[in-house]
Amino acid sequence: MNIISLSAFDLSLAALLVVLLSILGLILQLGITRQLLVAGLRTTVQLLLIGVILKTLFENTNLWYMAIIAMLMLLLAGREVMARQTHRYKGMWGFAMGTTAMFVSTFTVTLLALTVIINTDPWYTPQYAIPLLGMMLGNTMTGIALGLERLTQAAREKRSQIEAQLILGYSGSESVSSIRREAMRYGMIPIINAMAAAGIVSLPGMMTGQILSGTPPLEAVKYQILIMFLITAGTGFGTVVAVIMGSRRLFDGRERLRLDRLN
Amino acid sequence: MGCLHIEDVGNDLLAAVSLEVQSGECVAVSGASGTGKSLLLRAIADLDMHSGEIRLDDISCQDINAQNWRKRVGLLVAESAWWQETVAEHMPAIEESNMHALGFDTNVADWSISRLSTGEKQRLALLRLLANEPEFLLLDEPTANLDPESVAKVEALLLRYCRETPAGIIWVSHDPSQIKRIADRHFSLSSKGLEEVSL
Repeated sequence: MNIISLSAFDLSLAALLVVLLSILGLILQLGITRQLLVAGLRTTVQLLLIGVILKTLFENTNLWYMAIIAMLMLLLAGREVMARQTHRYKGMWGFAMGTTAMFVSTFTVTLLALTVIINTDPWYTPQYAIPLLGMMLGNTMTGIALGLERLTQAAREKRSQIEAQLILGYSGSESVSSIRREAMRYGMIPIINAMAAAGIVSLPGMMTGQILSGTPPLEAVKYQILIMFLITAGTGFGTVVAVIMGSRRLFDGRERLRLDRLN
Repeated sequence: MGCLHIEDVGNDLLAAVSLEVQSGECVAVSGASGTGKSLLLRAIADLDMHSGEIRLDDISCQDINAQNWRKRVGLLVAESAWWQETVAEHMPAIEESNMHALGFDTNVADWSISRLSTGEKQRLALLRLLANEPEFLLLDEPTANLDPESVAKVEALLLRYCRETPAGIIWVSHDPSQIKRIADRHFSLSSKGLEEVSL
């Protein structure tokens, strides 16, 4: 494998393009120049930082370091799920449900991939574990956020239909079943579409990256297929778990619809 | 014969209310809007959180599972809601005599919800509720959107159900002449609670 290392000068040339764009934005009075430059700066600093962290981790393969990093990634993803909700669950629930669902699905799938499929030695080798977990969490997070958002929106909109069923003696679970199904579907559709369009409409970023860094295309493709399947499974299971937990939380022990538990 | 005991039932939007309704008895409740008539019925159906106690004979609401409670103490809300395509999907089997009593044919089961008028929805919601054969009925203005002929049919059906089952009824109504026609007792709800008024 031959990796063409990028120099600071190479990156500066690319950065110049962004600066040119920001000047154009200034001329056209788009009002995004500041945002653009700050975002460019953030991307540089954040990625350099993560690069340093990864470098350190790769040099010290240690289960505890990995565990700490994994928990940190999980908690940040959990916060992101909560932040994306218009009507989030009150109290700890808004954070806890998404995080628990993500933990159950992504950690299980990632662990399975590391120990059985990729079979690295040791199984927590950071070079494999971190990117894999990152991609899993990123996608699962989106699925769970979409699913929960759909669930709580629909529960608010269809309050009278749900309560009409409760009044007639249906359980909370029965009266919310069609909404629950819809929310689960909603969370899974993006990843199904991504699988269907992969390679035709877009070349997945991970595969592109591998090819750019010298991996033979067919090897890169195999990894991409593996990742696609893992991500789909993780997103799907995570969304199902989160929506089930979310729909249960909509009702109390007396089978009352408790919209007051949402913000 | 049963009795529905309502003891100090209230919540943050509803002043505590006490009332006893015997089966076979129709109790009318009136009051200015905003006094919580609908909220009172929702609390009795255990659809909203409430303080106080509600008992059917000597069984507390808390000791029966919520689904059973709502089948035995049936609530008819002012504006009916529908969640499927056709009428039949919303109710197991409607008793034919009840259907005719409200002016429907047996083919009403196949009607799609989208072509129902408000009045038809209101009458069908009543049939849907009666299919559960509740022991007590909580009715929130059950004739508000009906023409005089339908009002008479609904009143006749409900009174027959009340006497024959026998079932107890709490009937929220704004119409003094209706209250005279249907009620055995009449209460007025205000921020101070329930107060009996003479018929």
